Amino acid sequence: MTTLDLSTATRRDLNGALHALPKDAPTADWTVLHPEGQHALAAGVNAPVTVTIKGHAGYYCAGMNQQATIIIEGNAGVGVAENMMSGTVHVKGDASQAAGATAHGGLLVIDGNASARCGISMKGVDIVVKGSIGPMSAFMAQSGRLVVLGDAGDALGDSIYETHIYVRGSVKSLGADCVAKEMRAEHLAELAELLAAAGVDARPEEFSRYGSGRTLYNFHVDNAGAY
Amino acid sequence: MCGIVGLFLKDKALEPQLGEMLAEMLEVMTGRGPDSAGFAVYGAGNAGHVKLTLRGDNLDGLAKALAAAIHVAVEATAHDTHLVLSVPAASEDAARVWLEAERPDLVITGSGQRIELYKEVGLPAEVATRFGLQQMAGTHGIGHTRMATESAVTTDGAHPFSTGPDQCLVHNGSLSNHKSLKRTLTREGIYIATDNDSEVAAGYLSWKMRDGASLAEALEASLDDLDGFFTFVVGTENGFAVLRDPISCKPAVMAETDQYVAFGSEYRALAGLPGIANARVFEPEPAHVYAWERQS
Repeated sequence: MTTLDLSTATRRDLNGALHALPKDAPTADWTVLHPEGQHALAAGVNAPVTVTIKGHAGYYCAGMNQQATIIIEGNAGVGVAENMMSGTVHVKGDASQAAGATAHGGLLVIDGNASARCGISMKGVDIVVKGSIGPMSAFMAQSGRLVVLGDAGDALGDSIYETHIYVRGSVKSLGADCVAKEMRAEHLAELAELLAAAGVDARPEEFSRYGSGRTLYNFHVDNAGAY
Repeated sequence: MCGIVGLFLKDKALEPQLGEMLAEMLEVMTGRGPDSAGFAVYGAGNAGHVKLTLRGDNLDGLAKALAAAIHVAVEATAHDTHLVLSVPAASEDAARVWLEAERPDLVITGSGQRIELYKEVGLPAEVATRFGLQQMAGTHGIGHTRMATESAVTTDGAHPFSTGPDQCLVHNGSLSNHKSLKRTLTREGIYIATDNDSEVAAGYLSWKMRDGASLAEALEASLDDLDGFFTFVVGTENGFAVLRDPISCKPAVMAETDQYVAFGSEYRALAGLPGIANARVFEPEPAHVYAWERQS
């Protein structure tokens, strides 16, 4: 195991070393001490390695992640796992705004709450939030799955494309073209799989599904007069 | 950009360290605002007296001249380009009249029973050291590191802004209706000295509080009347409050323990505070007023 202490080493030391890891062979685990909310920790990693950050992380932690498992034993700042391509990011505390923004793949698990715009423009990532999510989450979400065990704030899924959203608690309001949908057998199966992957013990039957009403996909001819 | 910080102490034992803690928080926010910095500290007040914080050059001998002119004892404490005068509350108006007539070059950055307000162009660490923030004691304080967007990089444009007794505000964001609001405030008798949008926000709260609103009520009302992006941290003689715009455009994180409530634009600013590892760290909700009052 490699331990790096950010009270003495720099963030560049950390990210430089992580970027130098072999992409196609497993590496022994890394532990990062004293993160103190610094930004861009373990961003841009592309290697099958597990990195544990012992404390709170700042902005864009684990951004652009590929392959790696990144565990944050604290809260994460704005844009955790933004643009993740693959791998797993696990936030043990709360996440700030825009968690998993634009992420294409992988799994983001947040044990606490995520604030505004969780999963904004998500493009294929799976996000599981054990607490609640803030307003404007899954804004313009394109694909992937968002699972929320708690409640969702205002304007959930505004201008959504094809992301599947599952919420166990209440939804304060739905955004434009986001609608409640029937929970069919394939959705229960998909949700059970996601809950298992995130290590959550919850019954899929307790969740409601939301998705695209698909009314914003095409130009509405009745609006032609506006031009 | 811009960075803002705030610290409201619950534990009297920490009061001697307020400035030291605030200075560290301010310095960490340099990356968000390297142009200029400022801070307000609510320190000890002298019963029946008002403190006026003046900014300008040639401050030597000013207190003596003022005392001779208005026939009362005036105490003065110099901090680099700022001078804090303590005058009997009954003579405040006379002091202001004299200052305006004799020293129109000076700016009164803040006034009140306990507030002292300092701001200058330069890196936050330099600004804090010039004024000796590290040595200041108090019950609460707020600070700002500025990256200018709406007006010039001048000391006048630096935060905090004070538009009422013992009131001050720091702002991260930008307002789009400040020009029209300024006209309303001017009509209502609230003086806005600069072209800065944030000063208008401060003036708006002063106006509401002058007309009887509590700090929390004034902030609630601002949600309807201010158009733009904002995270505000506001101080009054005994209060401390935080408000974010309805879409929480600008970042904010808070930490609360039995000893203090702290605010930072980013968690980094709070990382050095005592007992932070066990603090309740949370993000203030959009359009929700958070307010604390000091029990004296």
